[in-house]
Formats: sequence, C-alpha cells, structure tokens
Amino acid sequence: MTAQLNRRSLLGLGASLGISVNFLGTQAFATSEGDLAKKKLVVVICRGGMDGLSVSPPVGDANYANLRGTIAMKPDQVLKLDDTFGLHPELKTVHALAQKGEARIAPAIASPDRARSHFEAQDVLETGAAHVYGTETGWLNRTLEALAPVRKVEGLSVGTTAPLILRGKVQAASWSPGKGVDETARLPTLLQDLYRNDPMLGPAFARGLETETMAQTAMTALSATPAMNVAAASTPAMPGAATMSATMANDRQNRAGSEAARKLGSTLGGFMIQAGGPQIAAISLDGFDTHAGQQGQIATRLSYMDAVLDGLHDGLGAEWKNTVVIAVTEFGRTARVNGTGGTDHGTASTGLVLGGALKPGGGIIGDWPGLADNALFENRDTAPTVDMRGLFKGVLAEHIGVDRTILESKVFPDSAAAKPVTGLV
Amino acid sequence: MSKIACQRKGERRLSLPSKDMMAAIAVTRFGLGARPGEIETAKADPQGFLTAQIRREGADLPQDGGESAVQRFGQMRDYQEQQRVARQKKDGEATDDAALQAAKAAQIVLRDKVGADFLARARLATNTPAAFRERWALFWANHFTVSSTKQITSVLIGPFEREAIRPNVFGGFETLLVASSTHPAMLTYLDQAQSIGPNSPVGVRRRGARAGLNENLAREIMELHTVGVDAGYTQADVTEFARALTGFSVGRDNEGNAGQFMFRDAAHEPGVRTIMGKKYAEADIQQGMAVLKALAADKRTARHVCGKIARHFVSDTPPPALTARLEKRWMATGGDLAEVAKALVESPEAWDPTPAKFKTPYEYTLSTWRLIGAEPSAFERLGPILTGLGQKPFSAPSPKGWPEDAQTWASPDGLIKRMQWAQGFAAVVADRTDPNALAVSALGARLTPPVAKAVSRAETRKEAFALLVMSPEFQRR
Repeated sequence: MTAQLNRRSLLGLGASLGISVNFLGTQAFATSEGDLAKKKLVVVICRGGMDGLSVSPPVGDANYANLRGTIAMKPDQVLKLDDTFGLHPELKTVHALAQKGEARIAPAIASPDRARSHFEAQDVLETGAAHVYGTETGWLNRTLEALAPVRKVEGLSVGTTAPLILRGKVQAASWSPGKGVDETARLPTLLQDLYRNDPMLGPAFARGLETETMAQTAMTALSATPAMNVAAASTPAMPGAATMSATMANDRQNRAGSEAARKLGSTLGGFMIQAGGPQIAAISLDGFDTHAGQQGQIATRLSYMDAVLDGLHDGLGAEWKNTVVIAVTEFGRTARVNGTGGTDHGTASTGLVLGGALKPGGGIIGDWPGLADNALFENRDTAPTVDMRGLFKGVLAEHIGVDRTILESKVFPDSAAAKPVTGLV
Repeated sequence: MSKIACQRKGERRLSLPSKDMMAAIAVTRFGLGARPGEIETAKADPQGFLTAQIRREGADLPQDGGESAVQRFGQMRDYQEQQRVARQKKDGEATDDAALQAAKAAQIVLRDKVGADFLARARLATNTPAAFRERWALFWANHFTVSSTKQITSVLIGPFEREAIRPNVFGGFETLLVASSTHPAMLTYLDQAQSIGPNSPVGVRRRGARAGLNENLAREIMELHTVGVDAGYTQADVTEFARALTGFSVGRDNEGNAGQFMFRDAAHEPGVRTIMGKKYAEADIQQGMAVLKALAADKRTARHVCGKIARHFVSDTPPPALTARLEKRWMATGGDLAEVAKALVESPEAWDPTPAKFKTPYEYTLSTWRLIGAEPSAFERLGPILTGLGQKPFSAPSPKGWPEDAQTWASPDGLIKRMQWAQGFAAVVADRTDPNALAVSALGARLTPPVAKAVSRAETRKEAFALLVMSPEFQRR
C-alpha cells in the first residue's frame, strides 16, 4: 500500500513539475567489473534554454550589471564562488557542494548548434551529433552500445515517453510510477503472444513488463526507508488540479514543489544504489524559457533543480563518491535583458558538474570570455568556450571508462573539434 | 501491395484497396476510430464519406458554454484582484479568512472552467459522426499550440480554439495564420503582447528599462507555424520580424477593449524592415500583416506544413509523392485548406492498407470511447487518465505541440500504462458488450485473424475487451 502511494504520487508530481526521470544502464555484471561498474552518471537536461547568467551570475564582470539592467543581481545577493562568479540564491545545495569541491561550473558551455531553436538545439544536445538531423539515436544509448561488449548494461527510461537521448539500437526500457501490474492476470501473457510478430510493440512490451517487476522490487525496498515516504508530497498534484496546479503555484505550492522534487531526487538515488539498479540515468527539468518576467520563474525552476540535486545526493548516500552529475541546457539566453523583464534565445550557458567523484580543487571549467560588447557572440549572447560534447566525452572516458576510440567514432562522431574536458575525476 | 509493382513501372496512379478496406481506413486513419456502425456507413463511398465532412464554415464547436477570451480575461482579472486583496490583508495584522476563501473559490471556478473546456472538446470528438473534420481541427490546434504554461493561457486555450482555429480550418491558410497570430491567447502565450519597439514613442519614453523587443512569437511563427527551421532564415530575420510585429498586443481594462486584440501604434518600431531578403515599407499594423501574408504564401511554408499533414495522417515517414501532391494543391489554390484536405483524401498513398500511425494517448482513449458509443463522464476522470498516459490536458510540452510519432508513444512504459488503463476500462464496460461483434465494428476489414481469434478465445468479456483495445491493429491507424 505504501509503495503504491509513493509511486502514484510521484507520477503526479513528475507531471506537474515538468520533471521526468530516465534511467538507463543496470549493473547486471556488477561484481565482475570491479570499480568501473560502481561508477554512476546522471545527466540533467534543463529544457527551454536555461539562463546561464542567472545560474552563475558573473557579478564581478564589469559589464554584467549594465547588460542585465532591471534583472541584474547585486554581489551580496548571490552565493559567492570566486571574485567573478556567484550562484543563484536558490542553488543552496550546489553552493554547499561547491564549497567542498564537489560542484563546479562551466560558465560558457554550448552545443555545436547555433540556430537558437529549442527543438533543433535539444535534438543536437541529445543526439550528440555535430548538427541537427545528424543522427536519430541518442548519445547515452550509443554509450550503452559501446559498453555492451565490456559489461552488460540495460537501458531504462522512467517517464511515459521515450526521450531522444536514450533512443537507439539498445532497446531502452522505460518506467514511470503507476499502479503496478497484476502478476496473476492472463492479459500480459496473451498480449505478448499477440505482439510476437510485431517488431515495435513486441520488444517494447516485453521490456516494459521486465522493468515493472524490477521497479516493484526497488520501490518495496525504498518504502521501507522513512525518507522515501513521499505520500505527503502529493498536494500540488491533486487530479482535479491537473491543468492549473503548475501554473497557479503560490508560495506554499512552490515549497511543496521543492519538497516533491527533493523526494524525486532521493528516490532516483535510492534506485541507483539498488543491486541491479541503473548506473546511468537522465532527468529532464522543463520550464526554463523565460522570455518575460524572468526572475520569479527562474527562481522557482532553480529551486526545483537544487532540490532534485539535494535529494539525489541524499538518496545516493555513500555512493555519492562514485557519482558524477552533469546539468546542461540546449542554449543560454541573451546577455541583455529584453523589454519584458526576460531574455531571448541565446548561445552559451552555464553547465553544472557535481559529484563525490570529482577531484578536489579546480575553478571554473573552460575560459570565461567576459561580457564586453566585442566579446559577446554576435554582439548578443555569452560566447561559447566549451563544446558540451567535450565535457561528455571527458566524463564518459575518465569516469565511466568508455574506450576513447569508440567515443570519437561511435558515441560522438564528427566531434574532433570538441576537445575532451579531462582531469575532472 | 501492388504499390511496388506500380512504382517499378513508373506509373503514377496507385491502385486503391477494396471498398471494405477503404471504409475501415477512412474511419480509423482519417477519423478518430469507429463508432458502432460507422464503418458500414462509410462503405458505399469511403472517399465521399470524408470529403462530405469538409465545409467552408470550419470545424464544429464544442458545447462548453461558449465563453469568449474577453470574458475569460475579465474573470482572471477579478480572480487576481481577489488574490491581491487577500494577500494584502494577510500581510497586515489579522488573517482575513473570508478574503482568502473567496480567492480560493474563484481559483476553483476558473480551474473547473478549464476542465469543462477540455471535457467538451473530448466529448465532441467522441460523439461526432464527422470525425475527419474533428481530426483536421485537432491537427491545426496542435500546429498552432497554446499550452497552459501561464495561468492566463490555461483559461484561454478553449476560447482560442473556438475563436481562432475551428472557424478557419477549411479556409485559406493565411486567414488561419492571422487569426492565430492576433489572438490574445497566442499573443500572451508567446509574450508578444508586451513587445515594444526600442525606437517607438513608448520605447523612447521608457528608455530601456522594461521596454523592448520580445522575439518569441516572431521566431515560432517562422520556425513552427510557417516556413520551418530549415528555411534558411537568420537571427537577423527573426529580429526584423519581431520589430515588424511590435504593436500586436492585447487591450487592457482602462482602454475599453480588455482582452481583445489591439494594435498599439505607440509601441510599433518605425522604419522599413528586411526579412528573408524582402523589404517591408508598410506602416503600423500593415507591416506585420504584410509579413504574415508573405510567409503564408511562401513555398517553404507549403512544404513544411504539408509534410506535417502527411506525417500526422499517414506515416511518420510519409511517401514523398504524398507530400508533393499536397504541396502542389496548396500552391495551386493559394493555401486553400479545404482543397488540401481534399487532396489528402484523393491521394492513393494515404490509403496504404498497412497502418503506420501509432495513436497518441488522446487519440487512443477517444477511440476507445467511440468504440462503445460512449463519452467521458467527467474531467476529474479524464484528466488523470491522460496525464498518466503522458498527455496532460492542454499542456503540450512546448510551442511545437505534442509529438505524434510512434517512437515517442510506443515506449515500454507507455504500453504498460495503456494496458493498465485498458484493464480498468474493461472492468467497467465490458460486461455490457459483445467483444466479437465489437472487434468487427472497430476494425472492419482491418481485423486480422490473430486478433479475432484472441478475442474469441478470451476467458471473460473483460479479457476480450482489453485484448481488442490493446491489439496492434486497434492501437494503430
């Protein structure tokens, strides 16, 4: 009963917060693989074009206050990182981790796409291709493919739709909180029979059933832990409020939303520490397209992100030391505030790299190009200094142990221009 | 089928399947799934059954009380005022429970109206005998997506579809584009209403602070509504279009036209604009309108939108010949959408007996209600079902609208969730049905022996019903 409540409330919460979780990669051969098989990677995709200058405001940059005008933050409003950068005041967890050397920022990171279209840029982020329509598979799926000869990893996405980042040859499973499958009913077996010759529905349904069994085991284990009881967090997702709950959020609901996001994160962490749990996971956070009235919106979204990361840190417990989390967005936003207290589609943004596996020390990742007019990309956006494929390649090689040749040829083809970011772990 | 042979001969005319098969395709692929007896009705003339649903006056309107965008704007303003009063009192000494209660009640009333809008739309789709017409309208509502990302847009989606989309889906594309681009819902959703030309009188007066361009609507009109992202335009084109659109706004209370489209002369950026190599010297509202007109007439718009129509109706990877036919008719008729709809029905490629499209959750649940001749009883039931299946009501994930491809929806978890819903639905309705007859009524000539056999051999009516609606044939169209 408790497990059911947990799963059901998580389902509603995920939908109302615009959060979906994708797991992939289970450690089937964990014991034979030694340390590498314990390594975990979580990719957080912030959809909508997250404003890097709000995530890590460069309050020490001489041009920042002028460009940002009404939405500029003062040095004493941010959580200080160094002489140039602070973190948004809602990113308390990230800041606390940064103090311990377990979080770093990449303040001018971008995908290779320059079209400023959400959909094109998200495609490029998720496919890992050099340009849009370069491939129809996701780079996390190709990572699984690359690892397959070394250790058996299975794909799993949590959420009712399959995100591009894990689409591909490896049949990724997907799961979202729900009421579970009645093991005694004949229907699943009859349907498997009916789908036997269906190349799409057959494999997908079989994988769905397997995953459901695994998830039920994992949730039963979780519900035994007091911290995992998320029943109380169902407030903002009452069924009748389905349409308006996310938009009519008041302070109370924001607090409840953060609490729910934290529990989603800790549940994900709880999954990842199960024997046979996912080694690689992806989470999507929506709602970063802040064209107007940006300050309130982004504060809410960043508070959710911080809460997810806080929960993940808690849920992983001792396994945090084996984990790297990367948070990126499809593009940043204009350096200048627009006429409606917001910002429009831009180029580079801030990426976050967190985890107990990070090497201590080290400042920002990549160079800071500055915000002088002649330093801006097309006199408009933060100029990119790091290709995010380089960050992905560095972490996959050094943390997950993906062969470098395969990384260059299969996982990120045509990415020679994106130098791997090394030395992070 | 014989298609390959025909192509080899280089012949353009493809053979059509039998009348029985065409009737099943007309009702399930072009329509929203068979209601009892519907496939029988379509048998005499399957193509005529569809073309008879095309009409100049547009799609049907949901029976939902018919509140306008203007009324909804007023109600939202009243609610916000109540909320403001309640908060003020709260910040003072004593909490004013009555004011809080009133604000809360107003919020619930608005929320219920959104639910009622959605329910009325779902009921129209489950009950209509002209389901091709309704699918055509749903296609355009998704093409011009407004999603409930802001509290104001959630209450405007119903009026938007009723006022801007449905009356115009069988008219000229330009009319539809202008109706969408000037409707308060779209102007609010994509932040156009407050966009101000920096050199306009208002822009000069306010000098920078909270006055300037917002290019969101301009970009999405080009990328999503018209020429498409691969049309070759640049950032400069987007910004120029945004300048041309300055002034497109929504009236406020003290202007006497609250909640209506309003062109603000004083916010319009003066000057000549150049967009995709074309100069626009028009003044005021005429400039933005001239750009919309040019975009509507652009060949790249025909290509982009016809490709989308083909992918929606026929296949995630439609035959190029089909898209070409639609494009040709579009260009020949100046974007007459009734003619494009006819071209679709007349295209032999659209009648391939192999069903290539996988139903979205909305289409899937609607077709299940249609199967038994029923309708959803309450939003409180319908909403959570669709949310659970991944398609939360009125909440498309982005201005691009809902994805419509099988890769997105035929996921492992998606299938498990459908099965769970099918089991629950069957438990309520199946005992009143004859599953064997339902299978014939649902799929007609598309019913395959394995599915017919599985249904007939089921242990219970519930099991038979769930098998039918979970069959590959029923989930595809």
